[in-house]
Amino acid sequence: MADGSARSRAAGIATARLSEEDYRRNFSDLHPPLSKHEAQVESDRCYFCYDAPCVTACPTSIDIPLFIRQISADNANGAARTILSQNIFGGMCARDCPTETLCEEACVRNLAEDKPVEIGRLQRYATDSLLASGAQPFERGAPSGKRVAVVGGGPAGLACAHRLALHGHAVTVFEAREKLGGLNEYGIAAYKVAGGAAEREVDFLLAVGGMETRTGVALGRDVTLAQLRADFDAVFLGMGLAGVNALGQEGEDLPGVLDAVDYIAELRQAQNLSELPVGRRVVVIGGGMTAIDVAVQSKRLGAEDVTIVYRRGQDAMKASEYEQDLAQTNGVKIKHWGVPRRILTQDGNVSGIEFRYGQTGVDGRLEVTEESFTLDADVIFKAIGQTFIPAVLGESLEALDLSGGRLRVDEERRTSLPDVWAGGDCVAGGSDLTVAAVEDGKQAAESIHAAFSNS
Amino acid sequence: MADLRSEFLGIKSPNPFWLASAPPTDREINVTRAFKAGWGGVVWKTLGEDPPVVNVNGPRYGAVYSADRRLMGFNNIELISDRPLEINLREIKQVKRDWPDRAMVVSLMVPCEEAAWKKILPLVEETGADGVELNFGCPHGMSERGMGSAVGQVPEYVEMVARWCKQHTRMPVIVKLTPNITDVRHPARAARAGGADAVSLINTVNSIVSVDLDLMAPNPHTDGKGTHGGYCGPAVKPMALNMVAEIARDPATQGFPISGIGGVTTWRDAAEFMALGASNVQVCTAAMTYGFKIVEELTDGLKSWMEDKGYQRVDDIVGAAIPNVTDWQFLNLNYVVKARIDQDLCIKCGRCHIVCEDTSHQAITAEKDGHRHFEVIDAECVGCNLCVSVCPVENCITMERMTEGVDPRTGTPIDPAYANWTTHPNNPQAAE
Repeated sequence: MADGSARSRAAGIATARLSEEDYRRNFSDLHPPLSKHEAQVESDRCYFCYDAPCVTACPTSIDIPLFIRQISADNANGAARTILSQNIFGGMCARDCPTETLCEEACVRNLAEDKPVEIGRLQRYATDSLLASGAQPFERGAPSGKRVAVVGGGPAGLACAHRLALHGHAVTVFEAREKLGGLNEYGIAAYKVAGGAAEREVDFLLAVGGMETRTGVALGRDVTLAQLRADFDAVFLGMGLAGVNALGQEGEDLPGVLDAVDYIAELRQAQNLSELPVGRRVVVIGGGMTAIDVAVQSKRLGAEDVTIVYRRGQDAMKASEYEQDLAQTNGVKIKHWGVPRRILTQDGNVSGIEFRYGQTGVDGRLEVTEESFTLDADVIFKAIGQTFIPAVLGESLEALDLSGGRLRVDEERRTSLPDVWAGGDCVAGGSDLTVAAVEDGKQAAESIHAAFSNS
Repeated sequence: MADLRSEFLGIKSPNPFWLASAPPTDREINVTRAFKAGWGGVVWKTLGEDPPVVNVNGPRYGAVYSADRRLMGFNNIELISDRPLEINLREIKQVKRDWPDRAMVVSLMVPCEEAAWKKILPLVEETGADGVELNFGCPHGMSERGMGSAVGQVPEYVEMVARWCKQHTRMPVIVKLTPNITDVRHPARAARAGGADAVSLINTVNSIVSVDLDLMAPNPHTDGKGTHGGYCGPAVKPMALNMVAEIARDPATQGFPISGIGGVTTWRDAAEFMALGASNVQVCTAAMTYGFKIVEELTDGLKSWMEDKGYQRVDDIVGAAIPNVTDWQFLNLNYVVKARIDQDLCIKCGRCHIVCEDTSHQAITAEKDGHRHFEVIDAECVGCNLCVSVCPVENCITMERMTEGVDPRTGTPIDPAYANWTTHPNNPQAAE
């Protein structure tokens, strides 16, 4: 990562801190794809376990030993079919799944020699191979005459839509943003999805047919749930989390105080990264994946000092250890036990932020002390969580059960309304992972299909 | 200190590792490199009559790989030396003069006529070579011309040619045997009857290593056509070991010296051949896979192991396992083993369970108290060793002998006495 140029030391918030070459390098693939030889060598490490623990650990239950065996037998496209039949976002999940806490954590090779089979990278090898070949392994089922509205064109919604299309149902996907893909398109760090991977996967998914997409149409603004229920035989809600938590501090509306998710979305959509303003001294408040993503990307955009400040200790951070390591090897500093107290300003601009030290209090609760520290900052990112905004449900809200501020669903992802299913980040009890959203969409589609078949 | 010096038919070499007659021993430059690297001897690539044979200009070799492209099996359609006889003889003479302490045996293949052998043997003798090896083994190219394995497959021919050779040279004569025969003991007996001094085995196995599914032609192919070749390398070792043991324990050939050949890759392979009766070993594929430097591992490994075990000389290990090679009917049917899984070593891949469940005796559990747990069910375990064979972790599963009590599978008390099939009540031919 290059950030030593004179430009990068420009004070305050600036664009074009780096050379074109630096941007290209900093935002290219974090993990380059495996070559065929590497994939052959790595696939040979899989033991083809019985009732494999990696499959159990995968939220979408991909038959991992089978697809790896297919790779080793020089059948990469067959491997991709195995993957995609369980997880239509197999390509994106290969890139952004926290495999170190899912399939790769369960790999028996950890017990054998502390080094799991690189399942994620093998999965990417297979899915990349299929997408590059142009083959379409799926076929739309014979039209059933049933129509389903899918709200949200992210992983949950599109996984649901695709599975419904395979069953022959006609799907209309409503997406509030200009582009489909959800967080794959707007949220995942750019260096994990280099080369237009997210968009390519959505195109591949839609190519099976039977899905009409309406972008720029938001629930609660352009359509209502009541309307959708009236117009369609079933509705799937997968609109994610539109709200962001606030700090509740004075100065929060200053131009230098930004929502991390908005900034990442802007970065992902930027045609030219040198036009994206970035601070010289950046402070990120939060302890999850979003905090890591915005911190690392700020550093890679040329910020000089980037510090993540989390209000609790390291073990409470939601970001995986792997992600924390990634941040630190990118030169991001992670400070624990810092609770924001007030935003400091100079001449109407953000100049820093003061924190008070936290500590573990009674019952393990966070206790804020009187001691404090201050960090200089041109930009402060808020990455302290997103929220579901129930108001978009309109008058239907009354009939929908919520839990912890999100939609409550049963095992089949049915809401409390008989013709409404939901999944992804907007439902309660989830893990906020792409792979879990995909599973929600898939399960909901099967449940909708079963409901149609029984009716 | 273990002594690796070897003496085979009076031919001395600093160690028992010879390079087999093959491409690595075709020319002075290669053999000199081999001797510099430390090989104990060579069998010079087979000489024939002038004019020399010609090889194809397309590929000569094909390979069988394990998943990580480790070469497990190798085949070739190369013929005997394609260089003029005079050049080979001159080089042999020079190398033997330069390396007097190394074994120099010359492989020969000429038509099955006494005059042909009578003519070539003195020419070889003149080089100062230590001995000759009769190539009765090549399964391709030469056999169609009535040589190589075409001779080795007919014991009468083997005996006849061996006799001619012993009549026309004072050099030791080794007969190299082909494995492409039903019972290798017959040509070995014939070699001895003909007066040969030793046998070497195995030569390569008839094979097609793979098929090019785009061209629909066997590999390797020349201009779209392929032919069977001679198979060798680690994959053929088990067949070679068996054939060596068959000859070593055959009363008709007992004590007949054997040079072991067939997939020797590490010192352990060599020790196994020797334990089954080979006095030395010949190596080709391993050298053609990794280069001559492997001899350092071979010599050091064999020496270290001999020292660990207290063997002084290589002859101490020759044939050491032969007393324990027997026929099935003499295996002790009262010997009962059960598989034991070391739970500390188990990585829980579950392969022992699924292979036992699907293909054998349903004798390994998959869970215990709702947890993934693999344990042997003694009442079902027949002690077949399948689980040991498929377990990826060495020594995780072992076979443990039951010495007392009742075998829970059969309900029969363990009998410490030896009993075999020859006296078993189910055997219609059982001795009274």
